[in-house]
Amino acid sequence: MSSNDHHSHCCGGGNCSPSTEIKDQKTEECCGHCDEPSRRDFLFMTAGAMGAVAAGSVVWPFISQMNPAADTKALSTTEVDIASIAEGQAVTVMWRGKPVFIRHRTAKEIEEAKAVDVATLRDKQSDDQRFKTRPEILVVIGVCTHLGCIPLGQKTGEVKGDYNGWFCPCHGSAYDTSGRIRKGPAPKNLEVPSYSFISDTLIRIG
Amino acid sequence: MSAGPRTPFENPVVEWVDQRLPIFTMINKEYGVFPTPKNFNYFWNFGAIAMFMLVTMIVTGITLAMHYAADTTVAFDKVEHIMRDVNYGWLLRYIHMNGASFFFIAVFVHIFRGMYYGSYKAPRELLWIFGVIIFLLMMATAFMGYVLPWGQMSFWGATVITNLFSAIPVVGTTIVEWLWGGFSVDNPTLNRFFALHYLLPFVIVGVVFLHVWALHVTGSNNPSGIEPKTEKDTLPFHPYYTMKDSFGLVVFITIYAVFVFFMPNALGHPDNYTPANPMVTPAHIVPEWYFLPFYAILRAINFDVGIPFTDIVFFEAKLGGVLAMFGSIVLVALMPFLDKHPVRSARYRPKYRIALLLFVLSVFVLGKIGGMPADAPLMHIGSFLLTTTHIAQLLTLYYFAFFLVILPYLSKREKALPMPESINDAVLQCKSGKCCEA
Ligand code: HEM
Ligand code: FES
Repeated sequence: MSSNDHHSHCCGGGNCSPSTEIKDQKTEECCGHCDEPSRRDFLFMTAGAMGAVAAGSVVWPFISQMNPAADTKALSTTEVDIASIAEGQAVTVMWRGKPVFIRHRTAKEIEEAKAVDVATLRDKQSDDQRFKTRPEILVVIGVCTHLGCIPLGQKTGEVKGDYNGWFCPCHGSAYDTSGRIRKGPAPKNLEVPSYSFISDTLIRIG
Repeated sequence: MSAGPRTPFENPVVEWVDQRLPIFTMINKEYGVFPTPKNFNYFWNFGAIAMFMLVTMIVTGITLAMHYAADTTVAFDKVEHIMRDVNYGWLLRYIHMNGASFFFIAVFVHIFRGMYYGSYKAPRELLWIFGVIIFLLMMATAFMGYVLPWGQMSFWGATVITNLFSAIPVVGTTIVEWLWGGFSVDNPTLNRFFALHYLLPFVIVGVVFLHVWALHVTGSNNPSGIEPKTEKDTLPFHPYYTMKDSFGLVVFITIYAVFVFFMPNALGHPDNYTPANPMVTPAHIVPEWYFLPFYAILRAINFDVGIPFTDIVFFEAKLGGVLAMFGSIVLVALMPFLDKHPVRSARYRPKYRIALLLFVLSVFVLGKIGGMPADAPLMHIGSFLLTTTHIAQLLTLYYFAFFLVILPYLSKREKALPMPESINDAVLQCKSGKCCEA
């Protein structure tokens, strides 16, 4: 948009198209004949755009207030001593209000997990992508990726499903010893949270 | 809402107010002399009944809120406190708890009435759509209300239903965490659900107002589906229908009271008297009964939708289920545009009548299946094991076909029975035994 002042008498200062024969008339109606945007259009547009930005920035706090608050986020790391988990055992710890499954896998369980052809899986991940540095320690979030129930299989005596990992009783999803989805409606493998080994026996989740 | 020309009232106070704000003129016009088709049957009671239930829910809800606290550490105990310690707290809670169920019963019958007698058709489309919006708001309100006592079903129902939104591609998880205000259903979730549970009923009041306003522009439909033509076809609303509505309401309240006083927990789930435990999922999560048909539709889609024998998937089972569930309600709103048949009432549309009654039957069976565990085995047919999921899939198919195939097809093809000239003639025909009272 140019600010050509030659035509400022038309449309209160807007630019009529030079091809319009009435461009020099000092009448109000000439605005109706302008086929180029007038200064008034420009003002409308900028005011409108500023208004939209203002409205957006007022609305945003009201939407964002519903996101996790700072103290909720601050609770989002937890440290776990894994020394006491014997081979073949599993513990459940609470992290961000959800259970985290830590399983000390047996050699046989690791074997089973590695033997699977990744191409046949629904959510294609090899066992190597499922643990950090130590294959025997598997850490996954204990929330079924279908609709959020807690799968069974942590305690001795609980059903572990057809693939010897976990079984979700809600709609029948079965996970393998790597926490990968093998059967049932869940779309994804059990999520691996971000975690790190602080020492050989201590991990920090989150 | 101008009330047009006024006739003066005798009572000077009423007249003084009415001159300044013609509210009495309005009430008289809309609820006194309002010309109403004279052939209403008892199906026409359920609007007034639903209105009564809405008021009941608001009154008991506000009084419950005076004793409740939306904090995970105390919410469960607060409800027990209401039950044991608050004066008549048990009564308020049981009225509110069963009231939700009876509100839904009234609204389901009300919606069925509209479907059977073609009340959704022109010129009442917008009236119908407001109705579906009210139904959606009711579902949201009831869902959030059920979370408030913070029992096991509260917690896990909330978890499963909010997780539905995680099916949305890309932004799903962000949306779910936004709904939760955390990383799971927790205190922030309970707090906001209480705030919204308090708010939404008043939004419903607003939409009900629009719904009734639209009704009073077009006037009521009636069992014959014929518009009133002359004075012979109508009666003034008062005293004829004020009386009929009151009678129906009393019958309804009586049944409702039987539940409140003698079987207050019959419609609920015992697990909800166990405090919420985020570490243990109950063996069998079921929503409240009024959600069961939709829950069955959700679970019926347990397969990915894509190109067979390839890895190409348009949407995963989880998203498919969610789309089907919400779609099943959107279709109800779209009925006026799917059914273009000129005749309204199923009385004169024998084919539509059968299709609709089958539809109702399938909704009932879906409800039954929604309350059973997924994939519950039913019987062996040869080597094929028939499960509840198969039945649910079949009925879901019929549900969608009813709207998307049968309605448009019948709109073009169905030949209606001969119609009476007017409501008056329809009534006289019935009196002489020539029509069934449907
Ligand atoms: C559309 C109208 C409403 C519906 C359908 C509805 C539905 C429900 C349901 C299903 C429950 C769970 C009952 C239980 O299992 O204990 C509930 C609880 C509750 N509602 Fe409502 N409600 C409505 C209006 C209101 C209003 C206006 C308030 C006012 C604040 C309110 C306040 C409460 C409170 C405090 C509870 C928790 C106490 C309890 O669980 O008994 N409700 N509501
Ligand atoms: S929530 Fe686990 S299978 Fe549905």
